[in-house]
This record gives sequence, structure tokens and C-alpha cells, in this order.
Amino acid sequence: MEAFAALVDALVYTRSRNAKLAKIAAYLRETPDPDRGWALAALTDGLDFPAVKSSTIRGLLTERVDPVLYALSRDYVGDTAETASLLWPEPIGQVAPPPTVSEAVAALSAMTRASVAIDLAHLLDRLDDSGRYALLKLATGAMRIGISARLAKVAFAQAFAVGIDDVEEYWHGQTAPYAPLFDWAANGAAPPDTEALPLFRPFMLAHPLDETVIDMAEYTAEWKWDGIRVQIVHVNGETRVYSRSGDDISGTFPEIAGAMQIPCVLDGELLVRGSHQGGAAGGDTQGGAASFNALQQRLGRKTVSKAMLSEYPAFVRLYDLLIAEGEDWRPHAWEQRRAALEAFVPRLDPARFDISGVIPATSLDELAEIRSRARDEAIEGVMLKRRDSPYVAGRRAGLWYKWKRDPLLIDCVLMYAQRGSGKRSSFYSDFTFGCWNGDPDAGAELLPVGKAYFGFTDEELKWLDQHIRTHTLARFGPVRETDKSLVFEVAFDSVHTSKRHKSGVAMRFPRISRIRRDKPAHEADRLDALKALISD
Amino acid sequence: MPADFSWIRPEPWGIHVVPADAWIDPARPVERALVTHGHADHARGGHGQTVATPATLAIMKLRYQTDAGATPVEYGETIALPGDIKATYLPAGHVLGSAQILLEHAGERVIVTGDYKRRADPTCPPFEVTKCDVFITEATFGLPVFRHPPIGEEIAKLLGALAEEPERCVLVGAYALGKAQRVIAELRAAGHSAPIYLHGAMEKMCRLYEEFGVPLGDLRLVADAPKGALAGQIVVSPPSALNDRWSRRLPDPITAMASGWMRVRGRARQRMVELPLVISDHADWDELTRTIEEVNPAESWITHGREEALLRWCQLHQRKARSLALVGYEDEDD
Repeated sequence: MEAFAALVDALVYTRSRNAKLAKIAAYLRETPDPDRGWALAALTDGLDFPAVKSSTIRGLLTERVDPVLYALSRDYVGDTAETASLLWPEPIGQVAPPPTVSEAVAALSAMTRASVAIDLAHLLDRLDDSGRYALLKLATGAMRIGISARLAKVAFAQAFAVGIDDVEEYWHGQTAPYAPLFDWAANGAAPPDTEALPLFRPFMLAHPLDETVIDMAEYTAEWKWDGIRVQIVHVNGETRVYSRSGDDISGTFPEIAGAMQIPCVLDGELLVRGSHQGGAAGGDTQGGAASFNALQQRLGRKTVSKAMLSEYPAFVRLYDLLIAEGEDWRPHAWEQRRAALEAFVPRLDPARFDISGVIPATSLDELAEIRSRARDEAIEGVMLKRRDSPYVAGRRAGLWYKWKRDPLLIDCVLMYAQRGSGKRSSFYSDFTFGCWNGDPDAGAELLPVGKAYFGFTDEELKWLDQHIRTHTLARFGPVRETDKSLVFEVAFDSVHTSKRHKSGVAMRFPRISRIRRDKPAHEADRLDALKALISD
Repeated sequence: MPADFSWIRPEPWGIHVVPADAWIDPARPVERALVTHGHADHARGGHGQTVATPATLAIMKLRYQTDAGATPVEYGETIALPGDIKATYLPAGHVLGSAQILLEHAGERVIVTGDYKRRADPTCPPFEVTKCDVFITEATFGLPVFRHPPIGEEIAKLLGALAEEPERCVLVGAYALGKAQRVIAELRAAGHSAPIYLHGAMEKMCRLYEEFGVPLGDLRLVADAPKGALAGQIVVSPPSALNDRWSRRLPDPITAMASGWMRVRGRARQRMVELPLVISDHADWDELTRTIEEVNPAESWITHGREEALLRWCQLHQRKARSLALVGYEDEDD
């Protein structure tokens, strides 16, 4: 556990990606099995110990520390595991030496709701503060130390000089501590067999276009639909629907999983039908898709009612074809894959699958014009794909670009602030802002319309923190009410009606675009201005 | 007459000793200031008269280029102020020259600690526990998560990092007054005799410490160092220079920071620190609570910092306490 704790601490403080990779790779090379496998699972969020919850840790602490002092500490530190690691009282008398990672995992797996309070306390007693931090992070399954699963996999590839695409592919059939994976990479054994399993293949992703200028002769343009990116996998009569992160969401969308009968791996956008909500079919854009708000009704549900299925029917608008009937199309150029996809789609249920259209544009200027004319709310922007690009995992320079529509903007007034977590811990960095429900000079009130916790620089964050501390009207637990004097220009992707909010609206992806120190609060926008932008 | 301490009045910009019309660490210019120590948030310029220890006055002169109105008081010395007030300056163990101020009036004793710590520090005499009725204490690290480890462990961590990557240098961000000199003195005590390189802003303060009898060994300026001389060396700069253009001239520095805030990972990451050194010149949670127990005042008044938690601790231990809302004492860099 000491080596793992030292790794976790080093990763917390290391900024450079290469230095992080080198540290993880060194750990994976030097640590014996199965410790390194469990550690890798922890870094890639692959561990789950149902008996250990954040609330369990809070409970353990408040038995040992005054609850008010615990709450004040937690509020300041911004992280339950870290607060607990710092507040844990040193044990009295002799304790066993620190556990290995494998011992800790075995002990955590054996814990039940009844035993966790005693068993977890015993483990914590055997560790120093950074050991306790690493253990609690591992136990709650949320490391949040700035290491993505992808980074850990790249480090794995680097540690044993194997290809990252191979690592990604073999990964998904495996479970911690990944003995066959280490056996293959470290000892040269045969790779795990992935053919016969309905496995997730890593998505190909796009860079933002930003200022890049590309030649439209080499690229093709497609609409970027505003749903969720999914992968449909059908093998041996089984279908899986995977989300972008590789989570299996087949159960949430049974009508999709049930509609596929041909062995294949497809890439597409999951959307909800609803021409009455989206733009009309035909014209520049494809119709038939509802806004993201409609799709949201379906997300995150474990069981789906019949009413849901008929009111918000899902379908997949296909972008790409990876594998079809045993043939792996990924090494082929986009143009060839597109032709194969166009031949494949007519064999599918048209109620559940269609193909994302190609936009005929010969220059970026022409594309910009088409993009700006597109009023379909199910469109998030356009994608640019190099015609000769193979389908490769992750984001590769120069192959795919995304060109999102310009965001909407509105001026809001800062109303409440709360301390953030992680990088923003101890700073007031979670902001609730509002718009006027009428004429502020005639006694109108501010109604909260959204929350944001990013969009500002570190310097601005410090300034905001100072502003909030010196402009506090009242405190409600961790929340501070400000004097409502500061105006934010808030950028957001769209706004929808919402019954859950008093203002009646909900913004999608709001972020602080600018701090308008120059603008008096009464000149901020009114709710009507925001409602005029609603696109349900 | 019941003790009510009405002669001492906390205001947002300082503590007012009413009968003497004197202010302790006032945040704005006043006729008569009693200054606990030389940090800029406590020792502001422009007062008519400034009563402080000789070292604090020397630090203020260095900063404000004038010693007009300077009234020196030695540790243990008592001076009489108008309105029948007696003020005694006692060591606070915070930085060179730092003092607690004991005020006596009408049979009542009030101590204002200024900033203080209880750990040994080779650059200043230790905090003296003194009986009083009202103890006005700082609470910069007033949360039970703040427990500063022994300084020896942190110095060993610094020297270990230096030895591990000899082609890099370790850049230590440290408060220019107090922390920098303490870190250097502790490095010397740990046997590190190599030259230590300074950011230009620290030079004068280090010289002042040496004039007051704190030897700091071979100190050189980064600006004077020939190219290549800094690999494997320790460089000390103010925290503000850590991620500044200035540090680009250094050979791939390991960014360290000596501060009590480094105890919390998020704070270290916010400062983009790779090597956090938990070294503070303030009392940690255990020192704050132990000091209240040892001083055992009738009342504790808690100021600048995280007052709520220390207030709660006092309640839990049946001690009378209140928090003061003083502004402008934010020790973000300690």
C-alpha cells in the first residue's frame, strides 16, 4: 500500500502528462501481481466495494470527531476521503503493519454493511495519512486525481512497450486484477480472445476545429447531432449498447438492443424521435430528432416504462461502421467505410436506425453558411472527417474535427456561491446566478436560472473568491448568499422549459464566459430574454 | 465592578485600546499603533507613532524607508501609555521580532497574540505562555485537519528530492519575511552547507536577519549565478515568483512551497506545487487548542482565520469564547 500511496500522491502533484505516464509505468513494472492489477483497476475506476460509501466514511469520522468540526473541515478541504485521512486519530498501542494493495482489496471486498464500520477502521489504523487517503480513494472507487482511464492505459502500454490500440481492445473483456492482460504485455503470452464477446471498441474522437484551416477537398462534413454517442455491438445473438465511456446502457434502451440482428459494431448518435419538437425533415438538415431535453427523459433509467418507450422512442443515427459480419473495417479509409455503411443500413429496422447525412460543402465558408442556417435544435454543430482516415481510438491530430455552433449568451447576476471540490477546493467556485423577473427598478426580483463552476481563469477564481467573501449577505450551511452586485456573461448551448425550477427554465452547459465588473446588476438580462431563446 | 473589558474594542480594521487611543496592527494609518510583527498585513506604514520590538521596527524601516515615530520596546519590557494602560511585549515565536502584546488596565489583563507558533524556530525566541483574562488569539490554521508535521521531516523531504534529481534544482516558494530564513536556517542545521540561491526580493531581509544574529550561511543571488551553476541547488523565492516568468531561467525546477496550506492537496495543486512542504510559522490546530488550555483565560477572542472551528472547540470544552470580524489579515502564503 505504501508504494501505491506514494504513486497516488506523486500523481496528485505532477503536472506534466509525460511525467505522470512515467510514474505509472514505473509502478506497473516494479510492482508484483496482483497488486499492480488492483492498482490499475483503481486508477481506471474499475473497482467497486458496495459496502464502502462516502456516507460510511462520514459515519466513521463523526463517531471519532465532533460532527461540527468534521463538517467545517470537510467544507474547507472539499474531499471526504482527504478530510478523513487528515482527521483520523492515530491509533493507540501496537497495530499491524500496512496492508498490501491485494490485502486491502480482499478486506474491502469482504466487508458488509454490518462489518464495515469496524473492519474499515482497522485498515485505516494500519496506515499513515497518505496511506489512508489512497485507501479511501480506492475504496470509494473515485480517485479523481486527474488520471483518466485512457492515461492509465497509455502508461500500461508504455510500461511494457505494447500498442495502445491493442491495450484498449483487450481491456474490455477483462476484469481486475487483469492477470491475462499483464501476462500478455509483461510476459509475452497470447493476447486475450475478444472475437466472441460483445466488447466495447474505443471510440474515434475529434479535436475542436478552432482556428485550424482545412482543405474541404480532403474532408467530408456531417452534422454533429445533439444526442449521446453510442456504439452498437452484436455478437452471437447478443446486442450491447455502449455509451461514450464504455458503459453498457442496453437496459436503458431495450428497443435499440432488440432491433439489431446482424453481427456488427456500429458508431452513431442515440436520439429521440419527435419531429414535433425538432426541425422538419428535409431541407438542409435531417429531421425527425427531438432536442436533447427529450432524450434526457430517457437517460439514467434502469427500467423503462411502456409510456416512456412510446412517448420518447429512441433511434440511432449512424456515423460509422467498425466491424460487419466478421470483417474489420477500421483500417480502411472513411470513404470505404461510408460506402459499406450505406450498403449496410438498408438491412436494418428503419424505425431504429438511419444514417447521418453528408453535408455537400466544397469550402469552409460554404459550410459555415450552411451551419449558420441550420435551425434544427438536434444539431450541435458539424463534424469534419478526413476522407482517407482509418477508424482509430481516441483523438488523433488532423483526422477528425468538430465545429460546434456558437454558444448563446446572457447576462446574469451572481446570487449564491459554494466552495468547490478538487482543483477548486476551498475556493468559492460553484456559482448560482439569476435573471430579473421584471423591471429591477420597479421592484422585480432575481430568480436563479442556472449554476456554473467553470469558464474562469485561476486569477479570476481568486478574485471571485475574494469578492464573495467580502460581499456575503447570509450563510446557509456551506452556501453564501451574495449582495447580488456582480454580473456574469454566461455562455450556454441551449435553454429548455423546466418544471423543476422556479424560473421555469433550465440551461444546458452553462459556463462563465466573462465577468462583467463594468455592468451594474440592474442592467443584467430579464427572464423574458432567456425564455425567448427556449428551444424545446 | 464586573470585568467587561469595555476599554478594548475590536473594530474591523484593528483592535482599539480606547483609553490610550492606540490601535493594535491597524489596517489604516493611525496616531498611535502597537505592532505585533513585521508582516505587511499587520505592520502598515504611515502611523504617527509605532510601538514595536527593535527587529520589527527594522523590518518596517526596510519596507517603508522611514522610521519616523518608531518607539522600540524589548521583549519583557513594559511601557506606559496614556489612559493608565500598560503594554508589555512578549515573544510570540512567529518570526524575527514577533511579539504578543499584554495590555493591563484597571486590574484586567488582555493578551493580543498577533500571529504565533509553539514550535522551536532558530530565528526567533519561543512563545511565552502568560496568564491573562482575555486571550485574543489568531486562528489561521484553526481547523483540525491542520497538523504541521515536525519540520525535520519536511527538510528531509526537500533534501531527498534534491539528491534524487541532481540535474534539476529545487525552487522553494517561501514568504520573504520569516519563512525563507527559517527554512534556510533549518537546512543549515540539517548539514546542508552548499550555497543557497535567492530571488532578488529576499536578499535584504536575509541580511537583516544576519544583522540580528541569525546566521544563514553562503547565500547568493540567482541573478549572479553563472549558467549551469544552479543544477542540484536550492533556490528560494517568494511564492508569487514560483510560476512567474522569473523561474524560467532555472534548470527544470522542482516547484516546492513551504506553507501550512500544503497540508491540503487541493491547495498545493492550485499553486501548481510538485513538492509540498508543510512548514508554517502559525500555530496548528493542536498548538492553538493547547495554548488556550495552558493560558487558561476567562475568555478567548478568536480572530483572522477559521474562527468557527476554534469557537466550536471552546464551546465543547466549556470555555467562553467569541469571534472577532477583523478584515485584511489573510495569510494566503504562509
